[in-house]
Amino acid sequence: MAELLATPATDGLLPITYGPFGLTDAAPARITSVAPLAGQTRAFKAALKAMGLGWPAPNRQIRAPGGRIVRTGAGQAFLLEADPAPLAGLGALTDQTDAWATLRLTGPAPDEVLARLIPVDLRPGAFGEDAALRTALGHMMSVVLRAGDGIEIMVFRSMARTAVHEIAAAMSAVAARRG
Amino acid sequence: MRIDGKGLIDRTRRLSFRFDGTTYSGFAGDTLASALLANGVRVLGRSFKYHRPRGILTAGSEEPGALVEVLEGAQQTPNVRATVQELYDGLAAQSQNRWPSLKYDVLAVNDLLAPFLGAGFYYKTFMWPRAFWERLYEPAIRRAAGLGRLSGKHDEAVYEKAFAFCDLLVIGSGPAGLMAALTAARAGADVILAEEDSRMGGRLLADTGEIGGMPGADWAAGVLAELAALPNVRLMTRTTVTGAYDHGTYGALERTGLHLANPGDLPRECFWRIVAKQAILAAGALERPIAFPDNDRPGVMTASAVRAYLNRWGVAPGRKVAIFANNDSARATADALAAAGVTVAALIDSRADVSVEGPYPVYRAAQVVGTHGRHGLDWIAVRDHNGERRVEADCLAVSGGWNPTLHLTCHMNGRPVWAPGIAAFVPAPGAVPGLTPCGAAAGVFSTAGCLADGARAAGVALAALGHAAPATPEVPRAEDGAYAIAPLWVVEGKGRAWLDFANDVTVKDVRLAAQENFAGVEHMKRYTTQGMAPDQGKNSNIGALAVLADATGRGIPDTGTTTYRPPYVPVSIAAMGAGGRAEGFAPQRFTTSHDASVARGAPMIEAGLWYRPSYFPRPGETTWREACDREVAWVRERVGVCDVSTLGKIDIQGRDAARFLDLVYTNTFSTLKPGRVRYGLMLREDGLVMDDGTTACLAENHYLMTTTTAGAGQVMRHLDFVHQALRPGWDVHMISVTEQWAQFAVAGPRARDLLNSVLDQRLNPGEWPFMTCGAVTLNGVGARLFRISFSGEHAYELAVPARYGAALFRDLVARAETMGGGAYGMEALNVLRIEKGLITHAEIHGRTTAFDIGLDKMVSGRKDCIGKAAAQRPGLLGPEREQLVGLRPLDHERAIFAGAHLYRQGEAARRENDQGYVTSVCWSPTMHSYLGLGFLRNGRARHGEVVKLADMLRKTEVLCEVCDPVFFDPEGARARG
Repeated sequence: MAELLATPATDGLLPITYGPFGLTDAAPARITSVAPLAGQTRAFKAALKAMGLGWPAPNRQIRAPGGRIVRTGAGQAFLLEADPAPLAGLGALTDQTDAWATLRLTGPAPDEVLARLIPVDLRPGAFGEDAALRTALGHMMSVVLRAGDGIEIMVFRSMARTAVHEIAAAMSAVAARRG
Repeated sequence: MRIDGKGLIDRTRRLSFRFDGTTYSGFAGDTLASALLANGVRVLGRSFKYHRPRGILTAGSEEPGALVEVLEGAQQTPNVRATVQELYDGLAAQSQNRWPSLKYDVLAVNDLLAPFLGAGFYYKTFMWPRAFWERLYEPAIRRAAGLGRLSGKHDEAVYEKAFAFCDLLVIGSGPAGLMAALTAARAGADVILAEEDSRMGGRLLADTGEIGGMPGADWAAGVLAELAALPNVRLMTRTTVTGAYDHGTYGALERTGLHLANPGDLPRECFWRIVAKQAILAAGALERPIAFPDNDRPGVMTASAVRAYLNRWGVAPGRKVAIFANNDSARATADALAAAGVTVAALIDSRADVSVEGPYPVYRAAQVVGTHGRHGLDWIAVRDHNGERRVEADCLAVSGGWNPTLHLTCHMNGRPVWAPGIAAFVPAPGAVPGLTPCGAAAGVFSTAGCLADGARAAGVALAALGHAAPATPEVPRAEDGAYAIAPLWVVEGKGRAWLDFANDVTVKDVRLAAQENFAGVEHMKRYTTQGMAPDQGKNSNIGALAVLADATGRGIPDTGTTTYRPPYVPVSIAAMGAGGRAEGFAPQRFTTSHDASVARGAPMIEAGLWYRPSYFPRPGETTWREACDREVAWVRERVGVCDVSTLGKIDIQGRDAARFLDLVYTNTFSTLKPGRVRYGLMLREDGLVMDDGTTACLAENHYLMTTTTAGAGQVMRHLDFVHQALRPGWDVHMISVTEQWAQFAVAGPRARDLLNSVLDQRLNPGEWPFMTCGAVTLNGVGARLFRISFSGEHAYELAVPARYGAALFRDLVARAETMGGGAYGMEALNVLRIEKGLITHAEIHGRTTAFDIGLDKMVSGRKDCIGKAAAQRPGLLGPEREQLVGLRPLDHERAIFAGAHLYRQGEAARRENDQGYVTSVCWSPTMHSYLGLGFLRNGRARHGEVVKLADMLRKTEVLCEVCDPVFFDPEGARARG
């Protein structure tokens, strides 16, 4: 058969701008959920270390030039960008690349925008460089990541439209306050 | 009347506004109330019950009388307090609860009937005939009484909800709040200062005292400038803290765009949830009126409001102002008015032992015993030891003392404490954990006292936060007079003495309540409706309970207050539900095929949060049934394509994955080989069926479980619970992959042909028997193929990474159409599964067991599983259970409906005769008959019996034959072939 065309999770939705705030697609090339298998924890962590990463504490992420690893649950993390091949046989690996829409919110104090939707303090003092959260964005479960001066938000692919709509409404209202 | 040179308004910016159709002008910085007063408008509305003219009583959010409707396009906001609504150019407002006009209100006749309309009159008067209450009396009373009206249209305006976090929330920005915020901010705490008013400063904006040698308003401006420059301070004006909740969470309502002529993208209001480690309540105090005869006449105001209009807005509320008070504030008001050139008609002090002197008539040990004037105050009757006299005045400033604004301290069941020295309730210590009341809110009424108390409260909060507080905070010098008050609640005399101006409750009503033994304060409130208007009794609660205490002889502390509940001020539901209107109610989940389905005209139906196509109409088809019948025929005769991505998919890995599946499923999965698929049934811990679906063994120790669309979240939660709570040591790793894969059912006799046209390698029938799975590729894209069937046909489900879903769906449908078939929707899917007797959550609805649905043989005897023991409980097995059966009307074309109940033929359709119910029905184009699935008592033993199906809603009765639930291809040859 002919080549299957790929459609991004945020197809036709982004980018959008309101005043100083911008929302763009920030989909990593690869998302793999990883969880160390019984008896392999030490080797699993060693392999992560060799990749320049490590096993992140809850609500934390670790960055390396080749990728990031984000703690997402009990005994579970998401490996972003990096090829999970070195972890094969050591952890339960599941491809999640297409399961998530990843959005990047930029502008002065993006935490002010997300304060309309997320019930957690995202100001830089409370949500620093290595911070990562699984929390609710409105009524949607999400992964929220500090990404430099921006904040990245991962939501289920199927909810991308609602997420973009709700974040856009918050951007609009906060931009209006800033005049 | 404006007073030149006074006020904090911007006289260079003149604003035009309309009230009841008349155009007026005011200035930037005005409220609607101050602007109307400046224009000499005294009557703003009619009261709730007696339609008495109502004017402005206060200058704050506690206003009970000056309630108006604000009009903005299609928006009509009722019960807006004119004292809170800021003026903007083009503001349009109208009075409410009057007809045909504010001046000539027909229902003012109620006032003449007042002797018959006392508290609780309708409980006694409208008792007979009984049926008339609901149909006649109540609607008529509701029409006659009332406040503002809504537009009747949807409120489509933008509202907002938001969260905020801080170390210290300071509520109120008067001297105490400013001092607290400044002290805490200087010590480095992360502070939010919330102020209800549009401008910070509290009473400092309304009174003329000095702080640190400068006018109070200037001192406030200096403090605010310092706070605004600090990075650790957030100033929130127009924000009323409305409630205190658990763990330092406070609700707050911000008027975001309501004060602007052109708010642009600004929301109207924002409802905040502020999480604070510590809080300081510096909300000040509210001045209370005195209940004297006819004290509700427009022109009667609180003394503090008169000073506020004078000093803040440069408005004299009258040309000749009289003052009536039981405390020293009377003199401050009189002096301020006199200094501004307003005639002070009289100072009436109810106390005998005071020496008051001034350039105005002073009456000691005197009382106001009546007011007169048609649409507003013209003169008052004053009584002292010399008898009664008439005093000409168009405004009467009243002060009955001050009530600390302690409402928030009562939101977690705290009860205030009576302080006899100030004749007021004060907050109970520690009433809300982490909340420190200070200043006037704590009963400290001098400015110097408030400043010192604000600094003290900041010290308490800073200590709790672990910050070093300054040993001796710098507190500037200020007025430190004592607060001398002699309680005066009621002035006896001829005429009604009002307590609750909004709900028309008088002293007589409260005494009547006591007389009729509604003597508890909560009973009195409900009998008289005192305190139940939009002001929630802020102006009347203490006065009313004092009257009740006197009537019952119990004293005020023993009488106690009613319960102060959130919200402190009215909060629009639209603000609390911001973003939740219409589609904002819940997230929408769209499949990758959504746009293609919509483009084909498919009506979308909601399945949980998902949107799925109901059917795909073709030109010429006039009903959904025609489309559905056609789609069913495609699947039975050709090939159909359906998006099944919404079913839950859970990836399960680990050494103990197989025995974990054995534990959660009733049947055995540890024997399932890689490349094979098995249907599984899952029970809740109580033994009832939770969900069903297939699980595929992808590789050793690696499974893919599918769940129903509706059950996906519940099953995931259940598996996590079982793993974490019941089998924490097992090596099992689960994660949802529902979103990762777009999955399409390809069903029908030509399903394999269709797949062979898209797969890189043709399917070898010998390698792909029913209930197998494996990896395939489509032009190099890795995919998963499952040979499973929910239609009873030869069928597959093909899963690709979701990015390819949109393209693959269009491609599969186009190929199916070429082969004489096409896309099918939920209606056809439902018909196909009913024909096969396959269950959905219509059947496993939470009250049925494996036995009931005829799958008890799937509960393995060789192992344990969750729910197995509970499913054996008495009453869950046996002939008394309602069991799954098929139903076919004797007249095949006679429609039957789900929800109908089953009865024996010849028995009346009554509850006592109930034999069961119908869960699913369809017209089967395959069987040329209506078919139903349902539950019938001992049904499996009754195949062949004729039962009566009675639909109580549609009033139909249809005779049906009971049969096996599998109507079509009972041997399953087509799915296996």
